[in-house]
Amino acid sequence: MPILWLFVLVLALGLIGFVLGRMRALKDAHGDIRQLHSLPNYYGANVLFATLIPGFAVMVIWLIAQPMVIQSQVTSLIPERAYTDAGSLNLVMSDVRRVAEGLDVAVAEGAMTHEQARDIRSEFTDVRARLGAVGVALGSNVEPYVLQAAQKYRTLSNGGLWLMTALVLGAAVLGFVLSYLRTNKEQRSRNSVERVVLALLIGAASIAILTTLGIVLSLFSNTIEFFKLYPAKDFFFGLTWSPSFGGGSELGILPLFWGTFYISFIALAVAVPIGLFAAVYLSEYAGPKVRAIAKPLLEVLAGIPTIVYGLFALLTVGPLLVNLFGDGGALGVDWMKGGTAVMTAGLVMGVMLIPFVSSLSDDIINAVPQAMRDGSLGLGATKSETVKQVILPAALPGIVGAILLAASRAIGETMIVVLGAGAAARLSANPFEAMTTVTAKIVSQLTGDADFSSPEALVAFALGMTLFVITLALNIFALYIVRKYREQYD
Amino acid sequence: MNDMRIVKRDVDMNDTKISAKGVQVFYGDTHAIKDVDVEIKDKTVTAFIGPSGCGKSTFLRCLNRMNDTIDVCRVEGKILLDQEDIYDKRVDPVQLRAKVGMVFQKPNPFPKSIYDNVAYGPRIHGLAGSKADLDVIVEKSLRRAAIWDEVKDRLQAPGTGLSGGQQQRLCIARAVATEPEVLLMDEPCSALDPIATLQVEELIDELRENFSVVIVTHSMQQAARVSQKTAFFHLGNLVEYGDTQQIFTNPKDERTESYITGRIG
Repeated sequence: MPILWLFVLVLALGLIGFVLGRMRALKDAHGDIRQLHSLPNYYGANVLFATLIPGFAVMVIWLIAQPMVIQSQVTSLIPERAYTDAGSLNLVMSDVRRVAEGLDVAVAEGAMTHEQARDIRSEFTDVRARLGAVGVALGSNVEPYVLQAAQKYRTLSNGGLWLMTALVLGAAVLGFVLSYLRTNKEQRSRNSVERVVLALLIGAASIAILTTLGIVLSLFSNTIEFFKLYPAKDFFFGLTWSPSFGGGSELGILPLFWGTFYISFIALAVAVPIGLFAAVYLSEYAGPKVRAIAKPLLEVLAGIPTIVYGLFALLTVGPLLVNLFGDGGALGVDWMKGGTAVMTAGLVMGVMLIPFVSSLSDDIINAVPQAMRDGSLGLGATKSETVKQVILPAALPGIVGAILLAASRAIGETMIVVLGAGAAARLSANPFEAMTTVTAKIVSQLTGDADFSSPEALVAFALGMTLFVITLALNIFALYIVRKYREQYD
Repeated sequence: MNDMRIVKRDVDMNDTKISAKGVQVFYGDTHAIKDVDVEIKDKTVTAFIGPSGCGKSTFLRCLNRMNDTIDVCRVEGKILLDQEDIYDKRVDPVQLRAKVGMVFQKPNPFPKSIYDNVAYGPRIHGLAGSKADLDVIVEKSLRRAAIWDEVKDRLQAPGTGLSGGQQQRLCIARAVATEPEVLLMDEPCSALDPIATLQVEELIDELRENFSVVIVTHSMQQAARVSQKTAFFHLGNLVEYGDTQQIFTNPKDERTESYITGRIG
C-alpha cells in the first residue's frame, strides 16, 4: 500500500474520531453544553489527536529506521573485494537500489512474475537485457552479488512496508478506541488539547534549533576528514593559498581571512555612519509623512539580490574607481590596476548594509522613552545635543547589536566579492588590489568536478566551519552586549 | 496630618514673574486651553489643580514651550516672562528652557552616572569653567535637592539604580543645576510613596527661596500644603485663581467648591 494512502487512511480515521468523540461527549451530557467540562469540539479534537499522533509517530520512526536496517542487512551480502572505501560502497549500493527498482517495474509491467523476480540468477538470465526491455537502463552488466543484494533489498522493503502499514493502523486504531472510550462529560479535554498545542509549538521551535545542529554536524565530519589529510597548523597559520588539484597545494586560511575582514571593515565603515545618521534623521527629525515614504524606500535596498549589487560593483563602481585611482586617473595616482578590488566590493557591500543598520537602529532609537527626550529638552538642550548625549547612549546596546548583525552579514557575503573583489588570495594592505574572501573561495573549491576525498575539496568544509564559528561568536557577542546594557533606562 | 505640615516661610512675593494673557491652545481641532489669564509671582509656589484632562499640564508645558515638540499643537495669546513675550520670534526656545526648568511626572534620569545627570545642563550651557567648578555645581545642586548625603559616596553609580523618590530628587537636582529662574513641576510626586512625597514637598518649599515654582498636582492636600497661590482649571478654563488659603477655605466659584469638596472630579 503506498504511504500516501496510509496517510489518508489515518487522517480519515482521525476525522471520524473527531465526529464520534464530539457526539459521545454531547450524548453523555444529554445535549446540554453547560454540563460539559469543555466545549464539544475539544472532545472531538482529543480523539482526533489520540488517533493521529500514535499513527504518524510510528510511521515517521519506521520510515527513518527502515532504510538503515535494510542497508546494514544488504551490505553484508556484498563481498569485501567489491569495494575499497565508503565512497565506492555507496556506488555499489546505489546499483543495488537501481536493480531493485528495475525488478519492481518489471513485475508491475507484467514482464516478470513475483517468483521470477525473486529467483532469477544473472548466471542464467541476461538481467540487463530483460530490464532494458521494460525501460530500465543499467550502466553495466549485473554482477551476481548485486542481483542477490537487490532481491534481498526488494523482499525486505516489501515486507517492511506491509509490517509498517499494520503497525501504523494498529497504533491509530488503539489510540482511537482508548480515547473514545474515555470520553465523558467530566474529561478535561480542553487541558489535553492545550498540551498538544504546547507540544506543537515546542516542536516548531526545536526544528529550527535541530537544523542548526544538523548543519554544524554535516560540516563537522568533513572538517575532521580534512584535518586528517592536511595539518591544522598549516591551515590556520599558512600565509599562502594556492590549491592545485594535482597535489602539493598550500591551503593557508590567513590570506582569505585578511580579505574577508578587510572588505567587511570597509563595508562597515561605509554602512555604520550612513545608516546611523539616516536612522537618527528618520526617527528624530523627519515628520511622519517623510518617514512613511523614506523608511520603506530605504528598506527596498535590503530587498535587492546581492548578485545585482555584484553587477553594480563590476560595471559601475569598479570602472569609476579606476578612473579616479588608476593609471592616468583623475587623481594622478597609480594605485589601482583593475576594476576588481577590495575597495570596490567594500563600498558596494557597505551600501547593501545601510538598510540593516538604519532600519534596526531606527526601531531601537524609537524605543528610547519619550521621557528621556523631554528631560533633555526641558533642560535647554538642542535636538542634536539630546541625540548625541542621551538618545544614542541609551540606544547604544541595540545599535551595537545592529552593527554586529551587519558585520555577520558582511562576513558571509559572497556574490559581491566574486564580482567586485576578484579571485586572487593575497595578503596586502593596499585596498585597491584584488583580494578574495573565505566564502568566495568555498564556492570556487566546490564548483566543477570536485573529488570529495581530496584536501582541496574538503578544505571548503573547514573554511565553512571556521566562518560559522566566527559569525556565531559575533552573534553571541552581540546578544551579550544587548543583554548586558538592555535595562539601562526605565 | 499636622506633623506633616510644612513650616511656611516668609518670602517676599510681590513681583510678577510670568504673566499669561488670553492663552489658547489647540491640539489639531481640539481646543485644549480656552482664554487663560494668569499672573505667576516670583519666589512663590503656584499650584495648578483640576480634574484629569482639564488642561493644567498642557498650560504648564506652554510656559517653557515644551509644546513646540508636539507637531499638532498650536498656542495663541501672550505669555510674558519678565515682560518679554516667550513666543516672540526672537526668543530661542532652547535658551528659554534653560531659564524655565522642568521636572516631569515620572522620574526620568538619563542612563548615565549620578554625577553626569546633574552635570548635564551645566555642561550644555557652559556654566562651569573647570572640572572643579563643575564639582561645586554638582554638589550644590544635590544638596539643594536634599539627596547629597545619600549619593555622595556613589556619584559614579548609574542614576537609574536609585529608588523612585531618589530618582525624582535627582531629576530636581538636575533641573536646579542649570540655575533656572522658574521651575515647572508636572505632578512630581504622583509616582512616589508618602515618605518620598514628603521629602519632595519639603524640598519644593526650600526651592521657593530662589525660584518661582509652578506645580501641577492631583492631590488637593498637596496643593494646600506646598503652595501660596492656587489656580483651578476645569475643561480648559481657568475657573479661579487666588491665594491658596482663600481657594481652599472660601472659594468664589461653585465649580471650585464642588471640586474641592469632592463632588466633581
